[in-house]
Amino acid sequence: MLHEPAVKTEKDASSAWKAKLGIKLFWLYCVIYTIFVVIAVFSTQTMKKPVLAGANLAIVFGMALIIFAIILGLIYNYVCTKKEDEMNGKKEDA
Amino acid sequence: MNYVANPIAIAIFLAFVGFVLGISFYFARKAKSAEGYFAAGGNIHWFVNGIAFAGDYLSAASFLGICGLIATMGYDGFLYSIGYLAGWIVALFVVAEPMKRLGKFTFTDALDSKFNSKGIQLMAAISTLAVSVFYLIPQMVGAGVLVTPLLGFPHWVGVVMVGIIVITIVATAGMTSTTYVQFLKGGLLIIFSTVLSVSVLHKGLSTETRPETFVPRVIDASSVSPVATVEYKGQSFVKVDEDGIANWWIAQGDKLEEAQSKTVTSDNEVLYNGAPKGDNKFKSVGYITKLPDGQTKTGKLGIFKYFSTIQGSEIVRYPKSKIAKFDDNGNHVKVFVPEITAGSDLMIPGMKFKLKSNIGKLNFISLMLALFLGTASLPHILIRYYTVPSQRDARKSTIVAITGIGFFYVLTLFMGLGAMTLGVIDLESSNMSAPLLAKSFSIVLFSIISAIAFATVLGTVSGLIVAASGAVAHDLMANFLNIKMTDKNKVRAGKISAFAVGIIAIILGIVFKNMNVAFLVGWAFAVAASANLPSIIMLLFWKKTTAKGIAWSIGVGMISSLGIILTSPSMYTQLYHLEASAAPHMLNNPGVISIPLSFLTLVVVSLMTQKKK
Repeated sequence: MLHEPAVKTEKDASSAWKAKLGIKLFWLYCVIYTIFVVIAVFSTQTMKKPVLAGANLAIVFGMALIIFAIILGLIYNYVCTKKEDEMNGKKEDA
Repeated sequence: MNYVANPIAIAIFLAFVGFVLGISFYFARKAKSAEGYFAAGGNIHWFVNGIAFAGDYLSAASFLGICGLIATMGYDGFLYSIGYLAGWIVALFVVAEPMKRLGKFTFTDALDSKFNSKGIQLMAAISTLAVSVFYLIPQMVGAGVLVTPLLGFPHWVGVVMVGIIVITIVATAGMTSTTYVQFLKGGLLIIFSTVLSVSVLHKGLSTETRPETFVPRVIDASSVSPVATVEYKGQSFVKVDEDGIANWWIAQGDKLEEAQSKTVTSDNEVLYNGAPKGDNKFKSVGYITKLPDGQTKTGKLGIFKYFSTIQGSEIVRYPKSKIAKFDDNGNHVKVFVPEITAGSDLMIPGMKFKLKSNIGKLNFISLMLALFLGTASLPHILIRYYTVPSQRDARKSTIVAITGIGFFYVLTLFMGLGAMTLGVIDLESSNMSAPLLAKSFSIVLFSIISAIAFATVLGTVSGLIVAASGAVAHDLMANFLNIKMTDKNKVRAGKISAFAVGIIAIILGIVFKNMNVAFLVGWAFAVAASANLPSIIMLLFWKKTTAKGIAWSIGVGMISSLGIILTSPSMYTQLYHLEASAAPHMLNNPGVISIPLSFLTLVVVSLMTQKKK
C-alpha cells in the first residue's frame, strides 16, 4: 500500500518530547477557551464590564484569545526547533 | 438592492481571474505525477504553505460570512472568528506533525497507516467527501453573492462561473497551482482587509447618514389615506400610495414610520418598496442614532476608543426575526422592521444565540466546540501538511498560518462593525457587507476587495475539490477497490472526480443561495469534528484503538451530525420553508451530541474488537 509520506522524512528523536509539550499547551489553551465560553453562556452580563481603555470584557477576552494563540504558537516553535537541533543535530534548515 | 456593473470593477476582476488562471496553467507541468497533483511534490516552502493555509482557511465564510454576521448580529459574529482561530491550536499542538509523519496524499492515508483496513479506507473517504461537499456549499453561495454587485449578473451565474473556473484550475494543475493561488490570495486578503479596517477607524463614527442609506420618514397617520392595513404579530402595517407607488409603513401610535418591503405579486413580479428593482427604491441599511455624550461625529478613532464608543451608542438594525411576512390580496409581502439596539448589548454575546434559554446555551456551546475541534479535521487543511518537505516545515507553516489568520480575524471586527454603522448592509444578503463597506470608501477598493474575495472562493473551492478528488481516486479507487492504476491514470481519475464534485458544488451553491455562509461553514466544521477528529486523536493517543473502532467512529460521527443538521430548525425554516417548531428538535449545531458520540463509539467498538494476545 502507498501510505508512506510523499517526501521521505528523517527520523526525529524529539517527536515524543514535542508531542508531550504540544498536549500541555493544548490543555492550557483549552482551559482558557473554556473559561471564555462559560462566562459567555452563564454570566453574559459580566462580558459588558469595561476592562481595558473602555473596551468591554467580551472584546478584550476575545481578542486576547486570538493573540494568545499566536504567542503560544511562536513559543512552541522556538522551543521545538531548539529541542530538535539538540536531539537530532543541526541537520535541517532553521 | 439593485447592483449596476462598474467598468473599473469588471476590468480589475477580469485581470485578477486571468492572472489566477495563468498561474494554474504555468504550474500544470508540475502535476504530471500523483505526488505533483495531490501533494505538490511535497516541495512547497513553509512560508508559502503557511500563507496558502491562511488562503485556504480565510474562505468566503471568514471574509463574507463573519463580516456579515458581525454587521447584523454584532459580537456573536466575532465568536466565529474566535472559534475558527482557536481550532488552529488543536491543529498545531496535536495534529500537524503526526499527520505529516503518517500520511502520503490524504487524511485517510494517515488514519490507515497502522491498519491497512478496508473499513477505514471506505469510511474516511466518504467522510472526506461529505465534509468537502458541506464546506463547498458556502463557498459557492459566496461566489454567487460576489458576482451580483460586481458584474451585475444573477446569483446562479456567479455560482456557475466559479464552478467552471475552479474545475479548469483543478483539472489542469492540482495542488501546486492551488497552493500558489492561495498564497497570493491569502496575502492580498490580509493586506487589503487592513486597508479597509484602517479606513473604518480613520472615518470614525457619526450619526449623519450616507445618501445611499435608508432612513425612514415618519409622518402623521392622519395625513394619509391607507390603501390597506394588516395586523401581524401584534403590529399594524399600513399600505400607503404615493404617486402611484404603494409601499408599507409601520404604525407607531398616531404616527407612521416608513418601511422597506419586498412583494412577490400573484403573477410573480417582484417589487421593492412598491416599485421594480431597477427603480432603485430599495436601499442599504444600518446607522447610528445616538453617540455617547451627545456627540454627532467622533472623527478618527483608536482601536479601543472605537469599541467603547460603539458600546455607548444606539444603532438601528434589521434583525431577521423581526421581518413581517403576510399576504395582501394574493401578493406575498415581506416588511423589514427596524430595531434600535443599545451598543452595549451588541458588543456582548446574545443577539444571535439566545443565551437566556437552555437550548440557546446548548447551541452556543455546541458551536464553540465544533469550531474548536473542526479545523484540525478539515480535509483540505489536512492535505496541506503533505505539500511541505518536513515535519518542522509543517509546524512552521502552521504558525505562519495562525499569525496571518489571527490578525485577519481581529480585522473582521472593524469591518463588520464598520458595515453596521456606515449603512451598507444589504437587507437581502448580509454576506455582501464587507465588499459594500469597501464600496462606501472607493470603487477601486471595492473592485480589488471583491476580486480578492472571488479569488478566495476560487482558491478554497480548488483546495476542497483536490481533497475530494483525492478521496475518490486515491482512497476509494486505488486503495479500497484495489483498482491498479498507473500514476498517470490516478491523476486522470482525480481530474474526472474533480469535475464531478465541481458539478455537485454548483448545484448545491444555487440551492442554498439565501443562507449566511459563516453559519453554513459552522455545519461543515461540526461534521468534520464529529466524523474525523475522534479517530485522529485516539489513533495518536490511545494504544487500544482498532481499525473497526475508527471506521465505526467515523460512520457514527458523520451520520449523527448530518442527521441532526438535516432535521434542525434552521434547515426547516431556511431550506424546507417550514416552521421551526415543526422540526423534531431545537438543536441547530450538532457538535455537542455527535462529537462525544463519535468518541464513545470508537472506545466501545475498539474495546470489543481487541486482538487476543
